[in-house]
Order: sequence, then C-alpha cells, then structure tokens
Amino acid sequence: MARKLNTDEPIETKALTLSLGPQHPSSHGVLHLILDVQGETVLRADPDIGYLHRGTEKIAENIYYHQFVPYTDRLDYWCGMSNNLAYVQTVEKLLGIDIPERAKYIRVIAAELARLTGHLTCVGAWGVDLGAMTILLYAMRERELVLDLFEMMCGARVTNTYMRVGGVRYDVTDAFKERCGRFCKIMKEKLDEYDRLLTGNRIWVARNKGVGILSAEDAIDFGVGGPVLRASGVDFDIRRDEPYLVYDRLKFDVPLGAAGDCFDRYTVRMEEMRQAVRIIEQCLTDMPSGPVTVDMPEIVPPPKKDVYKNMESLIHHFKYVSDGFKVPKGEAYSAVESPKGELGFYIVSDGTEKPFRLKARVPSFCNLQVTDFLSRNSYLADVIAIISSLDPVFGECDK
Amino acid sequence: MQEHLKNSVIDKVKARFGTAVKDVVWYAGELTVTVDKDAIVGVSSYLKNEPDIKMSYLSDISVVDNMPRVPRFDISYHLLSIDKKSRMRVKIAVGDGEKAATVTSVWRSANWYERENYDMFGIVFEGHPDPRRIYLAEDWEGYPLRKDYPLKGYKDQYNPFGEEKKK
Repeated sequence: MARKLNTDEPIETKALTLSLGPQHPSSHGVLHLILDVQGETVLRADPDIGYLHRGTEKIAENIYYHQFVPYTDRLDYWCGMSNNLAYVQTVEKLLGIDIPERAKYIRVIAAELARLTGHLTCVGAWGVDLGAMTILLYAMRERELVLDLFEMMCGARVTNTYMRVGGVRYDVTDAFKERCGRFCKIMKEKLDEYDRLLTGNRIWVARNKGVGILSAEDAIDFGVGGPVLRASGVDFDIRRDEPYLVYDRLKFDVPLGAAGDCFDRYTVRMEEMRQAVRIIEQCLTDMPSGPVTVDMPEIVPPPKKDVYKNMESLIHHFKYVSDGFKVPKGEAYSAVESPKGELGFYIVSDGTEKPFRLKARVPSFCNLQVTDFLSRNSYLADVIAIISSLDPVFGECDK
Repeated sequence: MQEHLKNSVIDKVKARFGTAVKDVVWYAGELTVTVDKDAIVGVSSYLKNEPDIKMSYLSDISVVDNMPRVPRFDISYHLLSIDKKSRMRVKIAVGDGEKAATVTSVWRSANWYERENYDMFGIVFEGHPDPRRIYLAEDWEGYPLRKDYPLKGYKDQYNPFGEEKKK
C-alpha cells in the first residue's frame, strides 16, 4: 500500500554514512569524504586522504639535493613554481648563499604567475562544482596564457623545474618581458570580467555567503593558511611579514576578509590575483641586468651550450650530475607564501649530498583538516562549497 | 623580528622550566629549544599563552629518525607567532617504543600532524583523540619513514620489486 505523504506526522529518517569520492565530479582530485548525514544535514565529515601518497619525503632521503627539484613540481601541480621556490630557498638557507638580484626578480615573477594559475584553477573549479561551467572555461583560457609564459621561461608548461639551487635555470628574454607585460594588461580586464560573472551573481552569493564560517581564533588554532587564514581576518602574509626575495621592495596590499565565510575566501583570492599582477608589473620595470645564478661551480652546472663544445664543461657537468654537492650539517626551515598558504620545507642535513630528512609542510593538508569543523550541521550541498573554498590539491596534500 | 626571541624567550623559558630545558641552539637565524619530553605540553601551552611570546600558530610537527642513536627520534614542533612575526622550534627526543604526550589540547591543528607522524614513524601520541593512520591503509605493516624501512617497500603480491622481509 502506498504511503500517504500529505499526513502531518513527520517522515522518519535515520542517520546514514555516505562516501563522497574518491571518484566524484565535485570532489577535488581524489578526496574521499566520509559523511554522516541526517537527511540533508551533515553530522560529521571525515576526510580520508592518502590515495595519492607517493612517499615524496622518503624519496628525498635517497636522492641528491639537486635531483629533488622535479619532485616538488608534482606536489601542488597547479603551481609548480611556488614549490620549486620553497624547496630551493631552504637548501640555499642551509648553504648560506645569497642569489643575484636579477634571479630574485625572476623568481618573484615566476612565483606570482604561479599564484595566478593556482587561484584561477581554484575559482574555476569552484564555479564548476557549484554549477557555473562558464567560469572554468574562462579561467582555463587565461591559465593557458600563463602557461605560455612559463614555456617561454623554461620550455615546460606545468612541471617547470625552473628554479635551481643558486638561481634559476635560464635567463628571461626581452620577448618574455614584453609578452608578460601584455599579459598583465589582459589579465586585469579578465579579472573584471570574472567579477561581473560571479561577484554579483545571486546564485554564487547565495551558495557562498554565510557558508563555512571560520573565526579568526579558530583559523589560527586549526593552522590553516593563505587565503583561508586571511579571509577569516587574520592579517598575516609571509611575503610581507617575513619578506624573502625582493618582496620588501614591492608595493602590494594584503586583502582581508571579515566574515570568514566561503564568499570572503573567494573575494580574497580575486584581490590576490590583482595584487599578483601588480607585483609582476613592478618586477618587470625594476628588474636589473646581470647573472641569474651564483658564481659557485660546485653548486651550479655550466650552460648547456658549453657542455657540448668544451671538455672542461663536460667534465664539470658530469661531476655535478653524478656526484651532486654537499650541504653543511645542520637543520633549517624555510617557508614561502604559496597560493594555498604556508609552504615550508624542513631539511635536516648530515653534511652529505643527500638530505638526511626532508619534511614538507604542505598547506593543502593543513587546510583540509578544518573540513569537519566547518561542515558539521551544514547542508550537504554546502560541503561542496566548503571543500572548494579550501582549495585542496591532492598531489600536495598526500605527498 | 627574531631578535625579541633572543632577548626574552630563552631567559623566560629557562627561568620557568629550569632543568627541563636541555639545549638552546641558534642556527641559520632560527631558534631551537630542546626540552625534556615530559615537559612538552607545559612548555607548549606556556609559549602559546605568554603575552610576550604568543606562539599561537603551530606550523608543523616533524620527526627525524636518528637510528641507531638512543633515544631514536627527534620530534620538532615548528611554532609561529602571528602577532610578533617570529618563529621558533621546540624539540623533544623520544626513544623507540616510548610515547610522547599529545599537544592537541594546546593547538587543535596538532591532531592531523600527530596522526601523520604516527603513520610514518609509529610514534604513539598519548591522549590523542583520534589515533589512526592518516595516509596509509589501516592494515599497513611497518612505518615507511623509519630509516630501517626499505625504500622500495617489502615484497608481497602487489610489490614484486620490494625487499624480502627479515625474519
């Protein structure tokens, strides 16, 4: 007998356990979220991670310092340049070397371009998760322009391995500078276009405003970083507060949120992209000429064209590749402001050519921890917005 | 920014915890304070709540396996003060099979950090609210980041290239 639905007595529901992912169109990457739900309300959200665990830290202990740079590209694969930077900077700290001015400016440009690719992917994927397909296509279109610039820098589009201990792999050309300047102009217009598409969009606002509210105290206590931390109103940006490279000479604002909800995390990212463009423009004007690597033959191999023509350079190259270089005994932690937050490497050296222990402090992992706290007692559909606003990338989260 | 640590933190921590502070090292502009393993919760909550220090943010917890040294493991707590813009590291040494006290009561972020270190090194954090593995499967044997765990893993039906397990 069919049950009458128009009765006044409430329909009985019971708590269920649902698996969201690891194969799900709106769960990022390989996130497996175990959800306890009562009707549409989430009682508990337990992220089950590790599907992409490759043992990066174990690998690092078994290869030379210079061989590890390509592995860092594969952590947060949307913005390899930032990962390169965090790693080489820690090794340079242990070695106690200071890189040439021009290399510093190039690194800032590369890192800020990586921030653009990271945030573009974040906003694009977020849109598609909430049902707005257009923004993903737009964001990917602009991301292609950035990848073209990466290709001009080093020949690679995604897994760059552009930075090396002691500088950068190749100098940038005038053609690159000209094209990068043109890109900055385009990007500013496109960001206004995204604003028109999303910021005032009623559906976008309804899905994000007041969802996943994280207070400043909780944000600090849970150790979240980057845009998530700043959206909660915590005024902390490593680029400004612990300046590395030439960030202390550049003018940029650190956007803050007030409510700490998903919408603030979106607006903070949009503003960060504008600031990234501003930083790149300043670097293009201020960049001095000069070498792009330190003059230390034991750390930096000779240019490739010399290796083909010159016997000594060939020997030097061979020695560098097969023997690596020694790093003095000690330990160091160095962090950069990656698009996702504080990306830090902690390296313990025992004085040999290989790290004794390398620990990556990856922001995606730390940000994801707050999922359960934010999702409790919210609707199932809000969980999708919350995950997207935390912007986890599983290459990085799972290491 | 780090200067204020030099002047105040070392003296204050030493005065407060006395012999529990075993070593203070400045290296590459970073402060590392090694303390007794039983004092870690007390030192942590002191560093977090003391108004002059305010290490409110726990960046990371990392473990180093120093096999065959005794005690075997070093656990480093990377702290950050958002107010004072300074960083420091607190270190404890833990032997093989010994337990470390959890700092989840001080920073909630320690929850996953400690789970990760349990997963990779098998260090048990006593009093942890959710002591499970985090990356690897629940029935995984061994702790991969220990120095005596082979790089290619152990040989089994899924891993023909692994090393034979020692009996």
